[in-house]
Amino acid sequence: MTATAREVSGAAGDPYLPRVFEVRSIEPQAPQVATFTLAATDSSRDLPFAFQPGQFNMIYLPGLGEVAISISGDPDGREGLKHTIRFIGRVTEALSRLEPGSLLGVRGPYGAPWPLDQAAGRDVLLVAGGLGMAPLRPVVKALLHEPSRYGRLSLVYGGRQPIDLLFAAEFAGWRDQGLQLCPIVDRAGPGWRGEVGVAPALVHQIKLEPANTLVMTCGPEIMMHYTIAEVLAKGVPGQNIFLSLERNMQCAVGLCGHCQLGPEFLCIDGPVFPYPRVARYLGVAHF
Amino acid sequence: MIQPLPIIAEPSKPRKPRPRLGVFKFASCDGCQLSLLDCEDQLLDVAEKVEIAFFREATRRPLEGTFDVALVEGSISNSEQEAAIRDVRARSRFLVCLGACASHGGIQALRNQSKSEELIRIVYADPSTIELLDQSHPASAYVPVDLELPGCPINKDQLIEVLAWTLAGARPMIHRHALCLECKRRGLVCVLVARGEPCLGPATSTGCGAICMSYDRPCFGCYGPAEKPNASALAARLAELGAAPDAIRRLFQTFYATAPDFQKASRIHDGTRV
Amino acid sequence: MSGGPATGHAVIDKSEIETLIQGLWKSGYTVVGPTIAQSAIVIDEIKSAADLPIGWTDLQEGGSYRLKKRDDQAYFGYAVGPHSWKKYLFPARLTLYTIKKNAAELEIIAPDPAPRYAFLGVRGCDLRAIEVQDRTFLQGAYVDPHYKARREQALVIAVNCAQAASTCFCTSMGTGPRARGGYDLALTEFADRFLVEVGSERGQGVLASLASRPAVQADLVLADNQARATAESMTRTLDVSDMPGLFYENLDHPRWDQVAERCLSCTNCTMVCPTCFCHSVDDVPDLAGETSQRVRVWDSCFNPEFSHVAGGNTRPQIRERYRQWLTHKLASWVDQFGVSGCVGCGRCITWCPVGIDLTEETAAIRGRLEA
Repeated sequence: MTATAREVSGAAGDPYLPRVFEVRSIEPQAPQVATFTLAATDSSRDLPFAFQPGQFNMIYLPGLGEVAISISGDPDGREGLKHTIRFIGRVTEALSRLEPGSLLGVRGPYGAPWPLDQAAGRDVLLVAGGLGMAPLRPVVKALLHEPSRYGRLSLVYGGRQPIDLLFAAEFAGWRDQGLQLCPIVDRAGPGWRGEVGVAPALVHQIKLEPANTLVMTCGPEIMMHYTIAEVLAKGVPGQNIFLSLERNMQCAVGLCGHCQLGPEFLCIDGPVFPYPRVARYLGVAHF
Repeated sequence: MIQPLPIIAEPSKPRKPRPRLGVFKFASCDGCQLSLLDCEDQLLDVAEKVEIAFFREATRRPLEGTFDVALVEGSISNSEQEAAIRDVRARSRFLVCLGACASHGGIQALRNQSKSEELIRIVYADPSTIELLDQSHPASAYVPVDLELPGCPINKDQLIEVLAWTLAGARPMIHRHALCLECKRRGLVCVLVARGEPCLGPATSTGCGAICMSYDRPCFGCYGPAEKPNASALAARLAELGAAPDAIRRLFQTFYATAPDFQKASRIHDGTRV
Repeated sequence: MSGGPATGHAVIDKSEIETLIQGLWKSGYTVVGPTIAQSAIVIDEIKSAADLPIGWTDLQEGGSYRLKKRDDQAYFGYAVGPHSWKKYLFPARLTLYTIKKNAAELEIIAPDPAPRYAFLGVRGCDLRAIEVQDRTFLQGAYVDPHYKARREQALVIAVNCAQAASTCFCTSMGTGPRARGGYDLALTEFADRFLVEVGSERGQGVLASLASRPAVQADLVLADNQARATAESMTRTLDVSDMPGLFYENLDHPRWDQVAERCLSCTNCTMVCPTCFCHSVDDVPDLAGETSQRVRVWDSCFNPEFSHVAGGNTRPQIRERYRQWLTHKLASWVDQFGVSGCVGCGRCITWCPVGIDLTEETAAIRGRLEA
């Protein structure tokens, strides 16, 4: 039983089968981080890749394996399918050596998205750390498409050094469109005039109207832990806080068991969760 | 007697340069190198994909130039080998240790627990011809190593996988979980539970494909410790099942005598409670 | 799959088991059932009734399994062995697809179609285990097409248990010793005959191919008595009250440290468990770099690699891995699938090389056992 990629991609019945995508471009983003733009090779190649901010894809490099990568592109689809990838593991290291024109497998999109549907009429505070900015960029893009629908839009974004901040070239444009953007770094570099320190400390300084604020955070668990503590202390109700969690996601369809956190399968129940739903498990070491 | 194999003779047609592979032997029985020769069908692919630039068991080519991949068999047992492993490292981009000897000192590392001079006197008629380091060492005691394949000998399928990834420019990986996982995937019955035999599978690394159990034999640990084993608890269980302290010590002190987890397990009856 | 309105009883002679096996093979089924191999009663292909473990039984306790000759010629006179039916519905190694790099295309080659199995000798606990795995593989957000194909085609012939092993606790889990649905036919073995219960139209069809006679009231009474005696002989229990809460409230219980001293983290409990579904997919490349197989293999939360993440391990110690397994099996499984992940078959107790007993660990967490 043989089928070419084009035929198989129609076989939606098998969640393990990837669709074949082509690498269109690779833009360096930061040291060891690049943004890949991918395009389908099958009959749907001219359609935008439909996804919701916060969702991820499984990227497959034939012969090597799959890796879960969040989607960092504009949800309106005009940028094409974008993934911002850090070259840190076996598969991503090999991805770093691809060139435009390379073929790879894509399954997705998967996972529960950020709650943009709850954001209308509210202030939105985004808190990102490091690569955690990648799944929040689609949120920024979506919010800035219609800023009038929302209240104050803020982003606190922490990185190790200025050079590690992703999408820095877009910051000015985001600010022009009405985003209050507060980058902060652990260690300042030459010419850095911004904040130095950790993101939760900056969150502490942000003025917000607690009851009417929606918080979305993604980054190292320790950063999210202190960020959540800060906004809870400010009086933001727990159910208004959303975080994106990371585990060893392998099948992405709730079957392989790797990404469990208590009763949750991160791949299908998350990766984005309302804080109260996972709070009791996050406090248990190595659970 | 191993004849040089015609299938890996130099190809006559010129072609683009292939990665250079070197196979190097130190103190060892040659079993791991034989695993490479044993690849048979796949050996054609190997010869197709790489230039076998140095391999004493298969070609007469002299040692020269650099290597993209070096496969190192055997432990470092004398000063000549110490110099040679440094030379191999200097010539090689990716260095893979093959088997228990190169990665842990091998069976000959049993001598690490005794005085070498005494052993030499017992074994050799004329000890004056023998020059030995104090202990049998793994390659990693002298040079950085990129990957260690476990086993006595290694598994040829694992070697082929590692070569495939390395040649594709990817970081190779091997699983190091307990052998039981592989054994049960094959549907084999636990010899420890069903017959009370002293099997080291629960503490031993996968990689062999559970060969012994497929022949109704218990595992004797020739792939070394699994990732984070609880070898001492296994040793305690073997004692409960009636294995004598000396038998337990020998089980854990044969192929991977220098591995700390196995050393600790072998000593559970030396007055230390697990 | 089982189901359908047909119900009824009949009696067949023991010799009809041979007719049954031959008939199933002729109808295109691969017949799998109990047979003796490697000092145990395993599940494998059954070519004739002579392959069954006639006259054998098993003696089981924590960490120990022994075959023993029976005084009679019972066909199914044992409890459960190291294998379960997931061996066929959710194979330990399965190639999901092969990917081939052609000049400017990736070609995806689907695997061979799934075989059609007839399962002979499925116990009550294992019927429930199949139902439990159905919830994972068929009833969630995504369906596993490989499990589905095997499951839909499988014919299930159950056997009611006439004896319990010391490790059995199906009565605590409400899964046995008698088959409670989910079968096409269910057999109760008597000294000289089998009582056959029909569970589906397909089962009715199979029964029709055998030489049978109507069952009489005395047969049904005998079967009831047998089931009651088996249930009463069960020595192990598991108190399932307050689950899942019991475990969520005790994630830092000192018992986890104690069990971690004994646990080998060898994965055996998860391999023999008929409901454990965790798996990984390995790429198996060829040397030429042209084709690679995506091979799905059973994996285990006891495998340190299972919880590797970039820069560390979510569950670095055996303590956390054992806690994950037991908490999942008895607590979070209920949240995820609406049913316990444990069916009371006792395999994890018998086949644990050091004899760790989940009923004992649970009692200790509950505070009803001396530590």
